Amino acid sequence: MYKLKSKATPLFFIGPAVLLLVIFSVVPILISIGISFTDMNLIGLANWAQIKFVGIENYIDLFTDKVFIKSIGNTLFYVIIGVPLAVISSFVIALLLNQINKWLSATFRIIYYMPSITNIVAIAVVWGFLYNQDYGLFNYILSVFHIDGVAWLENPHIAKLSLILMAVWKSNGVSMLIFLAALQSIPRSQYEAADIDGASRWQKLIYITIPAMSFATFFVTVTTLIGWLQFFEEPFVMTEGGPLDSTNSMALFIYQEGFQFNEFGYGAAASVVLFAVIILATILQFKLRKSE
Amino acid sequence: MHARNYWGKTLTTIILTIGGILVALPFIWMILSSFKDEKEVLSIPPTLIPKHPTFHHYIELFQNLNFGTYFTNTLIIVVFSMFGLLLNTMAGYGFGKFHFKAKEFWFIIVLMTMMIPGQVSMIPTYLILNKMALTNTMAGIVLPGLVAAFNIFLIRQFMETIPDDLIEAARLDGAGEFYIFFRLIIPLSKPILAVQIILTFIGAWNSFLWPLIVANDESLYTLSVGLSLLQDENVTNYGLQMAGAAFMVIPILIIFIIFQKYIVEGFNFTGIK
Repeated sequence: MYKLKSKATPLFFIGPAVLLLVIFSVVPILISIGISFTDMNLIGLANWAQIKFVGIENYIDLFTDKVFIKSIGNTLFYVIIGVPLAVISSFVIALLLNQINKWLSATFRIIYYMPSITNIVAIAVVWGFLYNQDYGLFNYILSVFHIDGVAWLENPHIAKLSLILMAVWKSNGVSMLIFLAALQSIPRSQYEAADIDGASRWQKLIYITIPAMSFATFFVTVTTLIGWLQFFEEPFVMTEGGPLDSTNSMALFIYQEGFQFNEFGYGAAASVVLFAVIILATILQFKLRKSE
Repeated sequence: MHARNYWGKTLTTIILTIGGILVALPFIWMILSSFKDEKEVLSIPPTLIPKHPTFHHYIELFQNLNFGTYFTNTLIIVVFSMFGLLLNTMAGYGFGKFHFKAKEFWFIIVLMTMMIPGQVSMIPTYLILNKMALTNTMAGIVLPGLVAAFNIFLIRQFMETIPDDLIEAARLDGAGEFYIFFRLIIPLSKPILAVQIILTFIGAWNSFLWPLIVANDESLYTLSVGLSLLQDENVTNYGLQMAGAAFMVIPILIIFIIFQKYIVEGFNFTGIK
């Protein structure tokens, strides 16, 4: 233990950051839970005396609110389709990148990572153009092969899939780098031993590579799952939840209630539900991992 | 055996090339379309290379639309985010290299905030900003995302690898705590700070949600909010939209391509293997 001139020194270093985190992360959660039991709205914002305690009314309303129920269903759809797609595609890209020479691999790595650092609004603008029914590149390419144009964002069923495609395109980069780091840390001697035993490519993949990547896969799956449960930006910038709420997600529902309808109490109740879902999903994943 | 390996590698390269073209396609299409005039951009069949390349859309962004203001505001946010990174670094150093009362408790609080999703704290954070009279101000845009628990965690992981003896020796030589932090710790932390600076820059440049929620006056809009406004107001002017998007995306891509090796190396600090 060393002697400090002043006991305040460590506080000086951690103080500002911790204070900001408490104000903008810890306190908000407590407020969220608090106001979710009130009818807080624009009137309440102007005059706090107008805020009424309503018990669990917001929560009862939520689960009879058709839009909210639909948002839950859509979020589940995003998670069930999006998570496996995102995890598997980034895993495959990493596997392939690991097999080619360094220079090529570095070049492709840059290309595959680019979407991850691109602003979501710019993505919405560009993909909105690509997805355009009449002037979009995608429908033109389909027409070259004599396939009818697709209503990428206008058809309620297809719109969800269009958003998933775009989100997977955007999210692959980070997971790919994590998988690559994990792949490169597998000792070469294991593969050499397998070569001597005459193992095939598949056998090496199934008996060496995949087991060695189990922690990285777990980490990527958990973070991807949490990310997709909060699916927000893509429907927000591309479809605003439409058509007919078919792309609305739980996170977007919270935003709409809070900032479009100014129903802060009701929106906060929805955010508490989302928070509970995220925590449950995370605990479940850790439980599954333990039992393995 | 060698022949099989060769064909395997060629096939892998072909698959990756096709995938790479598909991934890059939106970027290529954005850049090419931004130089087409209003008629050509909507032509069917579309042209690949602009027939009459024009800078018209880019000029319009700055002359008739407020992209100059949006650009300045975005840069201001980037500067503030670097101050946020300084706070993260200080906290990482504090948690990594000091012993003090309730350190474990505060560090757990920091880690816990990592699990709180942004959309869950969105409404109450807005209410707090409103109570502090910070809505529609630059401070209100910047404050909610100024520090990030995950970055504090990564920096702390790095700080723990710096030998105590080094700091101790500096203290024996009579160096003050400030001096040690700025003259010893920061230079030693270059590897982690390099990646943090790039990622913080990119994050701040791209930030969208808080500028959108907090800024009411157009004078406070950032590039992302301005671009979203442009899209709403010029629904079919795709050339202009693509130019706006390209202005937002290309600086980041250039910075990324120059510094990408730090980002890739940075993933080794996370310790996920």
